Amino acid sequence: MTTRRTLLGAISALALLVSGGASFAQEAREIALISKGFQHQFWQAVKAGADKAGAELGVTVTFEGPDNETQVDRQIDMLAAALSRNPAAIGFAALDSQAATPLLQQAKDAGIPVIAFDSGVDSDIPLTTATTDNVAAAALAADKMAELIGEEGKIAVVAHDQTSRTGIDRRDGFVNRIAEAYPNIEIVSVQYGGGDQLQSTEITKSILLANPDLKGIFGTNEGSAIGVANGKQELNSQVVVIGFDSGAAQKGMVESGLMNGAITQNPVGIGYETVKAAVTALDGGELPDIIDTGFFYYDATNMDDPEIAAVLYD
Amino acid sequence: MSTIATSDRPSLLAGIRSSGAYHKLLAFSGLIVLLVVFSLASPNFLQTANVLAILQATSVNGVLAIAATIVIITGGIDLSVGTLMTFCAVIAGVLLTNNGMPLPVGVLGAILAGTVSGLISGTIVAKLKVPPFIATLGMMLILKGLSLVISGTKPIYFNNTPGFTQIAQGSLIGSVIPALPVPNGVLILFLVAIVISFVLSKTALGRYTFALGSNEEAVRLSGVNVDRWKIGVYALAGSVVGIAGLLIASRLNSAQPALGQGYELDAIAAVVIGGTSLSGGRGTVLGTLIGALIISVLANGLRILSVAQEWQTVVTGLIIILAVFADILRRRKL
Repeated sequence: MTTRRTLLGAISALALLVSGGASFAQEAREIALISKGFQHQFWQAVKAGADKAGAELGVTVTFEGPDNETQVDRQIDMLAAALSRNPAAIGFAALDSQAATPLLQQAKDAGIPVIAFDSGVDSDIPLTTATTDNVAAAALAADKMAELIGEEGKIAVVAHDQTSRTGIDRRDGFVNRIAEAYPNIEIVSVQYGGGDQLQSTEITKSILLANPDLKGIFGTNEGSAIGVANGKQELNSQVVVIGFDSGAAQKGMVESGLMNGAITQNPVGIGYETVKAAVTALDGGELPDIIDTGFFYYDATNMDDPEIAAVLYD
Repeated sequence: MSTIATSDRPSLLAGIRSSGAYHKLLAFSGLIVLLVVFSLASPNFLQTANVLAILQATSVNGVLAIAATIVIITGGIDLSVGTLMTFCAVIAGVLLTNNGMPLPVGVLGAILAGTVSGLISGTIVAKLKVPPFIATLGMMLILKGLSLVISGTKPIYFNNTPGFTQIAQGSLIGSVIPALPVPNGVLILFLVAIVISFVLSKTALGRYTFALGSNEEAVRLSGVNVDRWKIGVYALAGSVVGIAGLLIASRLNSAQPALGQGYELDAIAAVVIGGTSLSGGRGTVLGTLIGALIISVLANGLRILSVAQEWQTVVTGLIIILAVFADILRRRKL
């Protein structure tokens, strides 16, 4: 019988632990954020922004997301559990808009306001969307790339994927800007590394080996950009690298000059604006359709400016 | 599975222990403890809507875990259940959405795709003598790739097949008893559990499944066509995975081609928490069902209590080790 007693003991110890935490958390209005991911630094920065707004506005913020951005059903389970808690409002970054529709309807029926963040939801239920204008952000990357290579020569794109909204918007934003504004720049290759550092490294190396005269590469998210810079380093290449997002590794690369510069979104702002919009909705205030949370170009020269340093994250 | 080992301290519980029921009791009491603890900790936990959400969240992993149980009892393993589930969902999508076939064709197509894939895995294991771990690891990747190829890397939606979402999301029970809208996905999970329990305990295939896991050589020497039964086991598991594919596709109203990898580990976790031995010869569908429920109750309960997500993962890991350790202690004492 020792075994069962041990099990019971362990579980009740655990229960004490969690119920202690829970009773403490139940004092304020709860804003439940269901994100697309969790352990990735970008999402942790969104969480940091949300927590900051929660502390300022006096609401409790919870933050959850699936292990990776393919687990649509896990995200739905998280949304269902969050609804069961009866939160005051919900923030939601949909992996798949359609799959979430029944639960969003349930939230609407229960009078729980829904705020979309990071990417839009194909539905009129969310009151607003706090997001980055990825097309414009990638166009800024194109301008910086053109400036650094002297507005002529061959370049390439290593993108994170061809299906997600951010993947499509950043690729198209970059490619279209080059096509419109820089007739002497040729994009020789657009390849997809799934946002995986190692895969993006291999892709970069093959592009560089196939195009010895290549002048620049754009990596469309944190994993892609780090992969591109690693590929450049492994081949001892001098190619210009423009990245996207931040994170400790990418910041280090920009600092050392391995990466010439990068676009950063404002994930802290995304989290902050989401919670703020939720509170506005709860207090009966007006909200715009889209809350543009902004983006910035950073390189070794401006990284330490207070305005830029505030939106960079580890 | 040496439950006949002697004990110098015979106890009243010996009978229950040796029948294997004790482990189910252990897992079951673990589940009850979790339910009680979470109910006391949060008034939102034991609400009908939340209990239904837990059951709904269990349906896919439960069906996958039942498929994994069948193979694990033979002493094998099936790492391809997660991506095969996705593959079957994609097949349903291709038949229903891309080709406009009627609903029953899509349902049968998905289950058939699972069965055929199981036949192939079983043949690779039985005839080519590739270890199950490697054979199904290969199949896992093949199926993942094929799902992406066939779907063109995009989700396939079922908007043109109105009845499709009803498979998991509708509620037959709810249409009779409005106060109890148990989703059909949950009914299907229990139905699959009953059918597979029956197959394992009452049919020749079931008897050989256990015999292969206990002592394959003895079965072979007694003149049984081991390969044929083994292929049958993998095919049966495959068809069960096909049902899981339908459930997840219906739940999401789409076949998501990139999803699936990693789901085999949750299924295997449910199997071992439920007391099925990874070395084969011992296991029950009921145990697996309880194991799957423990995983989703834990996930849901910790979320209801707003426990930080990183700690949720730690706790789940601890529970898996604790459950299997309790099982080892139990057998050491016998």
